[in-house]
Amino acid sequence: MGIEHRKLTNNHYNFAFLDEGSKREIRRATLKAVAIPGYQVPFGSRELPIGRGWGTGGIQLTLSLIGPEDTLKVIDQGSDESVNAVSIKKFVGLCTQVKTTTRTHEATLIQTRHRIPEIPLTQGQILVLQVPIPEPLRIVEAREEITKQMHAEKDYAPIWLQLYESLVKYNKVTIASEYPCMVEGRYVMNPSPIPKFDNPKLHKSSCLYLFGAGREKKIYAIPPHTEVISLAFDDVPFEIESFAGQQCRLCGSGNTYLDEVFDAQTGERFHQCSDTSYCKEVVDHAQ
Amino acid sequence: MLNEKPVMSIRNLLLRYGEGCPSCRGSLEKNRCAVCKTVWAVNDISLDVYPGEVLGIVGESGSGKSTLMRSLYFDFTPTSGCATLRDYKEGQKNIWDASSAERRMIKNTIMGMVYQNPILGLRMNYSAASNIAEKLIGAGSRHAGQMTLRAAELLEAVEIQTSRMCEAPKNFSGGMQQRVQISKALANRPALLLLDEVTTGLDLSVQAKVLDLIRKIKARYGMSILLVSHDLAVIRMLADRTVVMLDGKIVESGLTDQILEDPQHEYTQQLVHSLI
Repeated sequence: MGIEHRKLTNNHYNFAFLDEGSKREIRRATLKAVAIPGYQVPFGSRELPIGRGWGTGGIQLTLSLIGPEDTLKVIDQGSDESVNAVSIKKFVGLCTQVKTTTRTHEATLIQTRHRIPEIPLTQGQILVLQVPIPEPLRIVEAREEITKQMHAEKDYAPIWLQLYESLVKYNKVTIASEYPCMVEGRYVMNPSPIPKFDNPKLHKSSCLYLFGAGREKKIYAIPPHTEVISLAFDDVPFEIESFAGQQCRLCGSGNTYLDEVFDAQTGERFHQCSDTSYCKEVVDHAQ
Repeated sequence: MLNEKPVMSIRNLLLRYGEGCPSCRGSLEKNRCAVCKTVWAVNDISLDVYPGEVLGIVGESGSGKSTLMRSLYFDFTPTSGCATLRDYKEGQKNIWDASSAERRMIKNTIMGMVYQNPILGLRMNYSAASNIAEKLIGAGSRHAGQMTLRAAELLEAVEIQTSRMCEAPKNFSGGMQQRVQISKALANRPALLLLDEVTTGLDLSVQAKVLDLIRKIKARYGMSILLVSHDLAVIRMLADRTVVMLDGKIVESGLTDQILEDPQHEYTQQLVHSLI
């Protein structure tokens, strides 16, 4: 008996892979998350053909929300071409046949890990972030029942203490990513491992931000025009990373989040936009 | 002093380990029931702490002193009884009926606690400044500069060099750890300070320093202090009034001089005799 090799097409899957019941349940959790900005809503995270911790939370959100008319963009650490981004795009494309794009403004649904695109997102766009550890208090409290109680009572003193300890030791807050922020003056939220450079983009944004943690089985959201304030002491304002004096070697931008790249052959170090599609658009526009 | 409204009143406080049985009343061997093995750690304690006074609680190990103190600081939940604080709901509500948010408020602003074991009272891996700031943050402060100034002021008051405020208490000696605990407890100028065997385990010269410090704190801040010790010399040095505990019960109470000069209960007589 020979093994039958067949090319898989969308005919072999339900539209967007998940069964309709699962999608409904995830959408219900998402609605609740939108209704209570910053609150972590538990959901029944499904098994996917991807290991937990590889973006399954974000993928489940994408799969439950995507429709045939959507245009999908997937980025990983700002790049449209990374293995993860390409694989996720292929997977969703395979089971939905939706259009995919690298242009931020064309996309209706953007799935991302570790970055928010440089181009301001607009009304009608949804940005789905993959989250490894949704609980901002996990660093100060290991027990889930206690962190739930702390959120319920708005007891965020331990996280403030963490910031203060950083000031005492290093004279500045040293948290570079997953910088905690207060959502609508109620819940402290982990904005996923985006650099703190991206935190201000969450504040009063026009788009909908959704956060999915597949392994931790939590969904949370920042609806459009929501107040999102990064935690800071009255006398020590919140500061983003500074790239003063640096610019992208490809497009010349000096106001974007830059990656430092090391060329082992020449020994040269240079900076380059982390958001590859933004960089390309600037270059194309210049040409 | 005794004419004023008490800072804290405790009535019929009872904390037992076990279910208890009808025989418990008559068959207690020390504080343990011979029939059901229930331990009556704190048995029907009532006392008042008045403004500005130091109330000493003395007794042997296992007499229930620390259990009483830790119940007052919400570490243990008593089986029954009531305690009120002048500064919490004007003394009208039992502190053990308080919600967890209210309990945090009480611990941050109305009471300060210094444990016998500093591990219970300090975050050993956080700096001394942060340990003090924890109380200030808990009370709502969000000004880092002011918190640092307050931490420096308090550490100076307990004779710890401010140059060491960025160091973690795990690197400090036992006496220094106790002093950091004291400064942490004082952070929000509480009305009541609970001191649980603060000098136990320290060498004599450090003990003297800590006791001297407590005397200075009392003189400077004028707060009420509930002081637990098994050492009558410590009580004699600091306490205005003294309560003697044995097997979870109060066996004698009165002015410290009176207790020391004319002890009535047999156990107190033994204690005083051992001091001489």
